[in-house]
This record gives sequence, C-alpha cells and structure tokens, in this order.
Amino acid sequence: MSVGVNDSWQLPLRLAALGFLAVVVQIAAISQITVFGVSVDVAPLLVASVGLLAGSLPGAVFGFGVGLLVDLALVQTLGVTSLLYIAIGYAAGRLRELRDPAHGLVPVAVGAAATAVATIGFALMQFLLGVDAPVSWLLLRHVVVTILLGALLALPVDALVRRIVQGSLPDDPRRRRRRAYTTGGLSPLSRPSADR
Amino acid sequence: MYDKQVRRRRAVLALLVVVSLILLTLYFGESPSSPLHAIQRGVIQVLSPIQEGASRALKPARDLFGWFGDTLDAKKERDQLRDQRDALLRRAIEYEVAMRQNAELRALVDLQDDPSVEAYEKVTTRIIARSPNNLFRDTMQVAAGRSDGVAVGDAVIADGGLVGHVSTVSSGTAVVTLITDQRSTVAVRVLNGGNRADLGLLKPSVGDPLDLLVQLLPRRAPIREGDFVVTAGLRGGRLESLYPPNIPVGRVSRADPVELDAEQQVHVAPLADLRHLEFVQILTGPARADGERAQTP
Repeated sequence: MSVGVNDSWQLPLRLAALGFLAVVVQIAAISQITVFGVSVDVAPLLVASVGLLAGSLPGAVFGFGVGLLVDLALVQTLGVTSLLYIAIGYAAGRLRELRDPAHGLVPVAVGAAATAVATIGFALMQFLLGVDAPVSWLLLRHVVVTILLGALLALPVDALVRRIVQGSLPDDPRRRRRRAYTTGGLSPLSRPSADR
Repeated sequence: MYDKQVRRRRAVLALLVVVSLILLTLYFGESPSSPLHAIQRGVIQVLSPIQEGASRALKPARDLFGWFGDTLDAKKERDQLRDQRDALLRRAIEYEVAMRQNAELRALVDLQDDPSVEAYEKVTTRIIARSPNNLFRDTMQVAAGRSDGVAVGDAVIADGGLVGHVSTVSSGTAVVTLITDQRSTVAVRVLNGGNRADLGLLKPSVGDPLDLLVQLLPRRAPIREGDFVVTAGLRGGRLESLYPPNIPVGRVSRADPVELDAEQQVHVAPLADLRHLEFVQILTGPARADGERAQTP
C-alpha cells in the first residue's frame, strides 16, 4: 500500500523539483546568454516535453506552476506566463493522447510550436496590457530567431526531461513491471508459457 | 470511466485558466503596495540567495558561451574601436579647450552645478537573475536591496553608461528595469558637435532591444553618427527625471536625415554592454532637500 502511495507522489514530486530547478537555472544563467541578440528560454520547451511525456493534465498543471514561478521570480504581471504555459502543456499532452506520435523529431516540432506560442502569445499579451510598441520587421526577425533557437534546443531538453521523469510515469513499462513484482505477480520471464 | 476522466481533465483545465485570469486581473489593477505585489516581493526575497548561488555556480558555463559569441564579434569590434579611438582623440582635444572655457564662464556668472554622478553614493552589486524574454520586458535582479540603501527609482550604471533604474526593492534584493525594457523612457540630450544639446526621449526599438531610439528631436538637428547621448536630468517642473544629469547613455549609431525629418528620431547604441553584465552600480544618493525621490522617468 505504502509503495502505491509513494508511486503516486513520485511524478508530482519529480515535476515540482524539475520545474523549480529549471526556473532558477533559467533566470540565473541561461537568460544571460544571448544568441543573435535573443535570449534562450527553455521553460516553454520544458512544459511541452512534460506534456508530451505525461499527458495533458500533468502538462497543464506543470505549465501553470512553472509560469506562476516565472512571473513571481521576475516580478512580472501574475498570470500572463501561466496562461501561456497552460496552453502549451495541455496542447502537447493532447497531441500525445490523440496521436501518440513516435517519430524521433516530434519534440523538435513541438518545441518550435511551444516557443512560437510563448513568444507570440507574450507579445500579444503585452500589447493587450498596454505596451505601446510598433510591429516591425525587427520584431518578426526576433520571433523567428527565438523559434529557431527553441527548435534547436528542443531535443536536448526533451531528453533531459525524459531521463528525469522516466520511471515515474503511470504507463511507463518499467514501472508496470516493478509494480507487478511488488504486488506478487510473476515477471514475464519467469511466467510459465502456454506451450510448456 | 472515460467520461469521468474527460470531465475531470476539462474541469482542471478550466480551473487553471480561471485562476490565471483572476491573478492577471487582480495584479493588473493593484497598486505596488497591495497583497499580490507583497507576495511577489517575498518570493524574490526567498529566491534571491538560491539565485545568487546558482548564478555564481553557473558562471563558468555562461563565460564559455559568452566566449564563443565574443570571438565571433572580436574582429569587427576591433576595427570599430580603432575608428572610435581616432575620432575620440580629435574630440578630446576640442573638449579640453571647451572645458577650460566652460569653467571660466561658470566662474564668471557664478553658475551652480547640477549634482553629477560623482556626487552620488554608489552601491556595487552582482546580477543574480535575468528575465528570459527580452522582447518587451527586460529586467534583472541584483543582490542589493533596501538594507543597502537602495530605493525604487535609483539609477543604475555599469561600464560607464546608464543601465536602467530600480523598479522593485525588498530588504536584500532589487529588480532593475533596463533602458531596453519597453516600459522605459529616459529624457536625454544629444551632444551634437559640442555646440548644442538637443533634448529627446530615449526608448528601445522593438525586435532589437540593443538599438535604442532618441525620439521627439528637432527635425533639423545637426546630429552625426558618433555623437554622445547623456541623461538630461531635468529638474523642476511637474515631471522630474529619475536619472541624474550627464550620465553617458550611448552613441548615435545611425542618423539618417530623412528619418530625422520624417520621424524625428535617431538610433543609439548603448555604452554599457547590457548583454554581458556581471556587476552594476546603483546610485543611492544624494538625498533631495524635500526628502522625496523622483518617481517618473
């Protein structure tokens, strides 16, 4: 019983630790690195990866938490980043639930889409909240470079998230096997086959 | 069973969206002293030691990435700096003469000096966090706060140039809004040729935050590339400047007569290397006679 309870808390705990560490590293180090004048932002990639691996509900909840932490830590208008990251986490999770794409480059496409939603969405929210700024080619170039950077970083971020979350996902094959042993079931290797 | 799962998923999603919208609405309508802002200040106070530790620990990785970028730009930068050095040498001689004349004339009319940067107390501090999205919002968090004498509105400088101003402060940390943030506007003077100093408003251009614009300039102002831009430090009147006068801000990088005539603006490159800052200085004094600090840029 206690094993079951521990198992059910494993994913939320791992995701909470991952989100907290990622936001701290992002704002303390990664944000200070610029490529072609654009800061690298791994938070939307992280949320998209969690959605892809864990599903729409954990993706949306993780997106809300990470977004709220980003808004709190950067003294931004609360709720703006949360709203965007909820959409990213939920959409990535729904993609997994409806299509279950297996191609190795899916994280790249999802990462690019997540970065696009985060960048364009943030810009639109700022316009709605009253930032007076003209839309220009420079703005478009900035958005395109940001999306390209997001796509480039999507695979390593996805691999990192997969490594951290692996083993705690509800339908993870290794976890199913472990649960079978602990509840008294035989492993597939030691189970007698029908032919014998 | 499936329907129950779908209903639960939709309910949680709706709840999260509604909570976000409520937070957004409440925060947007609140004053800086209200509860949500207080919670935010509490969070940055708690997170600042962790961020400072992470910032120090990850400095080698940052430097490595910075080294690649610097190497790519080094040759172009060297040529630019050589041209600048030659131009500055010529100007230094002109300024030497002008400064002597200026001192003599000031003494003659007994003119009182504005408080210069040297008159301010400076708190040197490390940057511990930086906003990831520099498209509209460009802020950074520093490891000095109210306990170090820092207050909202204090000007922040680095590398001999203006960086921004303190926008939020708690006891051990502060948030600096950079001059490249879309909310930032600075009253500046363009020192064109030493004969006049046209007033304008400095704002970042969207899409390239390191390209600043000085707007509302006179249409026929004789501004050339390489002219220095300094803070105006306007005193008196309803809108006083946050910034002390004569802090160098940048140099005119593009002065197109057609653009100046049509849009009354020129382009400025900031003097401070805003993307590779490690430390900044906060100007915390001198206290004004009426005990108040200016709150508008």
